[in-house]
Amino acid sequence: MIYFDNSATTRPYKEVLDSFLTVSRNYYGNPSSLHSFGAQAERLLTQAREAIAKLLQVKTSEIYFTSGGTESNNLAIKGAAFRHRNRGKHIITSSVEHPSVRLAMEQLKQAGFEITYLPVDETGRISAIDVEKAIRKDTTLISIMQVNNEVGTIQPIEEIGEMLKRYPTILFHVDAVQGIGKVPLALHEDRIDFCSFSAHKFHGLKGTGILYMRDGARLTPLFSGGNQEGKLRSGTENVAGAVALAKALRMTLTKSEAGIERMKTIQNLLRTELSKNEAIHINTPVENAAPHILNFSVKGSKSEVFIHSLEEKEIFVSTTSACSSKKKSASSTLLAMGVPETIADSAIRISLSYENTEAEALEVIKAIENTVKRLGRVMK
Amino acid sequence: MNYDRILIRYGEISTKGRNRNKFIDKLRKSVRIALTTFPSVKIEASRDRMYVLLNGENAKDIIEKLKHVFGIQSFSPAIKVEKELETLKKMALHLVQSQYNEGQTFKVTAKRSDKTFELNTDEINHTLGGYLLQNIAGIKVDVKNPDINVRVEVRKEAIYLSCETIPGAGGLPMGSSGKAMLMLSGGIDSPVAGYLSMKRGLELEAVHFFSPPFTSERAKEKVVDLSKKLAEIGGGSITLHIVPFTEVQQAIREQVPENYTMTSTRRMMLRIADEIRKNREGLAIITGESLGQVASQTLESMYAINEVTNTPILRPLISMDKNDIIKIAEEIDTLTISNRPFEDCCTIFVPSSPKTKPKREKVNQYESYFDFEPLIQEAVQKVETITIKPGREHSQEFKELF
Repeated sequence: MIYFDNSATTRPYKEVLDSFLTVSRNYYGNPSSLHSFGAQAERLLTQAREAIAKLLQVKTSEIYFTSGGTESNNLAIKGAAFRHRNRGKHIITSSVEHPSVRLAMEQLKQAGFEITYLPVDETGRISAIDVEKAIRKDTTLISIMQVNNEVGTIQPIEEIGEMLKRYPTILFHVDAVQGIGKVPLALHEDRIDFCSFSAHKFHGLKGTGILYMRDGARLTPLFSGGNQEGKLRSGTENVAGAVALAKALRMTLTKSEAGIERMKTIQNLLRTELSKNEAIHINTPVENAAPHILNFSVKGSKSEVFIHSLEEKEIFVSTTSACSSKKKSASSTLLAMGVPETIADSAIRISLSYENTEAEALEVIKAIENTVKRLGRVMK
Repeated sequence: MNYDRILIRYGEISTKGRNRNKFIDKLRKSVRIALTTFPSVKIEASRDRMYVLLNGENAKDIIEKLKHVFGIQSFSPAIKVEKELETLKKMALHLVQSQYNEGQTFKVTAKRSDKTFELNTDEINHTLGGYLLQNIAGIKVDVKNPDINVRVEVRKEAIYLSCETIPGAGGLPMGSSGKAMLMLSGGIDSPVAGYLSMKRGLELEAVHFFSPPFTSERAKEKVVDLSKKLAEIGGGSITLHIVPFTEVQQAIREQVPENYTMTSTRRMMLRIADEIRKNREGLAIITGESLGQVASQTLESMYAINEVTNTPILRPLISMDKNDIIKIAEEIDTLTISNRPFEDCCTIFVPSSPKTKPKREKVNQYESYFDFEPLIQEAVQKVETITIKPGREHSQEFKELF
């Protein structure tokens, strides 16, 4: 089988699973318990936090464990909006965000907040100038994704962060779920207040994630309960998941330099070869694109049909994002980029990990060409 | 621009007389320890300067480490240049170009300790300044508030060029002031007192009183973690003495009226700490006391407690407000550890209304009905001594999991 759907989720590393099992089996104490067995679990959690902080080059106190990207995004956005609602109720975001951001914003809108959705250019990118223009006196939060999950466009986070140094009261949230291990991000230098990560996108386990929150930033928690995670996120800590996440992050970041080069080569190969086919239109931009995503459309064929045809050859790719593909609506990112609906309807996303090979890519290229030919005959 | 060395300026060491070499040796040792992860660096120390020769190691990472070494007043990444005017000009141009952003201002600050050099200070300033003005488009001179200050130090062996001066941690080199025992409870104050003492060059050994089952393993763990932080700050290992205190504490409860138990407890702690100090050849005891903060820290209390020893008791926090102490605890990253909610030797057995003005005669009278000495000796003998190294020693426990 060829797994080319790594933006949906990745295969957990064996070492990550081993850590998870060992901790679950041997150190199942509750970190909040007073006895030494609980203390052991707490030490594990602390060490996981230290290890992650070191890898992300931030302080230990700035790492909070969550259940994943969706929770981190919701916690940062709703938490910050509610915490600062007396100061203002205006939030800025882009029109190509992940549903966990977009729908959190919609929920805030119903609660009386005003949301500005910034448009993107034909490459799916917003501009830092537009962000600045949208800022008002009552703006409290700006939330922008680092890498788009559908086409792979990299947003100008560094520029926005630089610009926001002139607006010290506005909070800056970055959804880095698709970017970690693929596109570098400097949390402190880029003046980021909140940043979301999800472990299963970098060979960790589902149900584990991180919210980075800069020291001094404040949030209203979403969960009421035992005040774990510095009162920010109640609920008994998933110690095994946190340890596994730390390991996955370490393994990913150690491999990232070579891994990114490798993915770039494969991405280039796919782009060059697929571009030769007249029926294929590449949606992922050449500039400012992450190395692991290649989105393309096959003219005149529905994406779902195409996916199932590839599936027969044990090749797994995806329509748009896994999170919205069940709804059968065209990619919202592509529509925001101004791509015609017919092309957006036939979009396919290939997403790579460090584990993919050129040989796999060649096989996939061949399979795609055959499928285009075969479907072309039927669809005509 | 690739710097090839970092020039370190001594703080107060330079005011020392015949002991200066001892101080410099200690500082060299501290720098060496702080830079253990950079095996290629070489350290050269002279009477008034120290140089860290980078030999290809990363200057940025080394700068981060040096910021925390006590005894350094300031330091500058620098390049060594031959004492020849043309080379000097070229290197200065190269250096400024690497730092220069459109529209910035600069000045040249020359110092000439080698008076045989062909140009004097003013001439160096003029020559170099003129050369830079001619060769960098748009750069302007500002002698009051320059963006780039080009420092030129003409010394006997060579000229040193640098563009930035980074403030150091100040204080005196680790261990240059001798050894003292730190009473480490697990609260906010004592680690701060330890930090400030280390900054003045003291080598610390921590003493913690452990009363199982009244205080838990987790309180002890807190103290281990705090010691580790202090070890990281100092760059060397820290010895932690854990005193089994349960029996002494029970004896006090039985012998002394409730409102005097706190006073008596502190006296016993001090006696034990002093015994350990004698064994370890320390010369002082450090506490985190701040005048009037709690009942045991009123002047009357200190007078009653201090009676049991004439060893100097250092109280670096004596005149500080709680908020200022908390601020330092935050900076040195001990606050979150101290805030962990476990009973420790100071919070357990606190009488509901302790004497804020205990009397020496009274406490002596109460203690006279019982001989505490054997219990104290036993506690000293049963002390558990652990060496705590900086870094992630405890992660060895679960190493394979990460």
